[in-house]
Amino acid sequence: MQEILFYLFAVIAVASGVAMVLHRNPVYSAIFLIVTLFAFAGFFVLLNAPFVATVHVIVYAGAIMVLFLFVIMLLNLKRDPAREQRKVTRRTLGVILVLAFIVEIGALLFAVTANDGLSVIVPAPQSETTLVGSTTVIGRSLFTTYLFPFEVASVLLLVGIVGAIVLAKKKLE
Amino acid sequence: MPLSHYLILSAIMFAIGVAGVLLRRNAIVIFMSVELMLNAVNLTFVAFAAHLNNIEGQIFVFFVMVVAAAEVAIGLALIVAIFRVRQTVFVDELNLMKW
Repeated sequence: MQEILFYLFAVIAVASGVAMVLHRNPVYSAIFLIVTLFAFAGFFVLLNAPFVATVHVIVYAGAIMVLFLFVIMLLNLKRDPAREQRKVTRRTLGVILVLAFIVEIGALLFAVTANDGLSVIVPAPQSETTLVGSTTVIGRSLFTTYLFPFEVASVLLLVGIVGAIVLAKKKLE
Repeated sequence: MPLSHYLILSAIMFAIGVAGVLLRRNAIVIFMSVELMLNAVNLTFVAFAAHLNNIEGQIFVFFVMVVAAAEVAIGLALIVAIFRVRQTVFVDELNLMKW
């Protein structure tokens, strides 16, 4: 069952990710990205992280993607196929760079996972019981061990809010 | 599911994000591709958290999400500000630091 769901979500995630990159219209790109993010939420559920999955859907599909769609519609972008097709040299250069990256990361993954090398690098699980990332477990860890990073993250969000308002304002007095 | 499957999948998703950043001209789509790369890394974190029976990987995902949210807010505000001056969001037309 887990394998079937994994491959189902994997196919959805890869297909909609490729569609997001290749689609000309930015609105469709945003919608394909939402589909990809839902598939990722499915992976998080499969990996015993239900709270992360929920927050992921709320933050990404609920907040970030609305922001994206809002800006796309605010700017009223016309799609311009001629402009996208220009500069073939730069596009081929981009394809070469992507292929180089894929070869690089593929070689790394092959080197690590072949001959059971992963079990050498990655330590064994600390306990045998399956740990589920419930709200209680994550909240306890976040408000005790990771309290200071948590507070710093809130400051970062505040800076983000102030910065976005300052940048989007028409004129600063 | 073995850990290597998740690692390979997240490498594929990261590569798709890299392809989007390198191949697209539209700054908004480039930002979406950056989001995809951040999510690929999140998947690695959660996969390792599940593999090691350790909650820390999931905690880290929260901080990545916070950074991603702040980055999107600032980035889209920058795109709006640039569009207001230059009337374009195509990055090959934004070749001057000063306008």
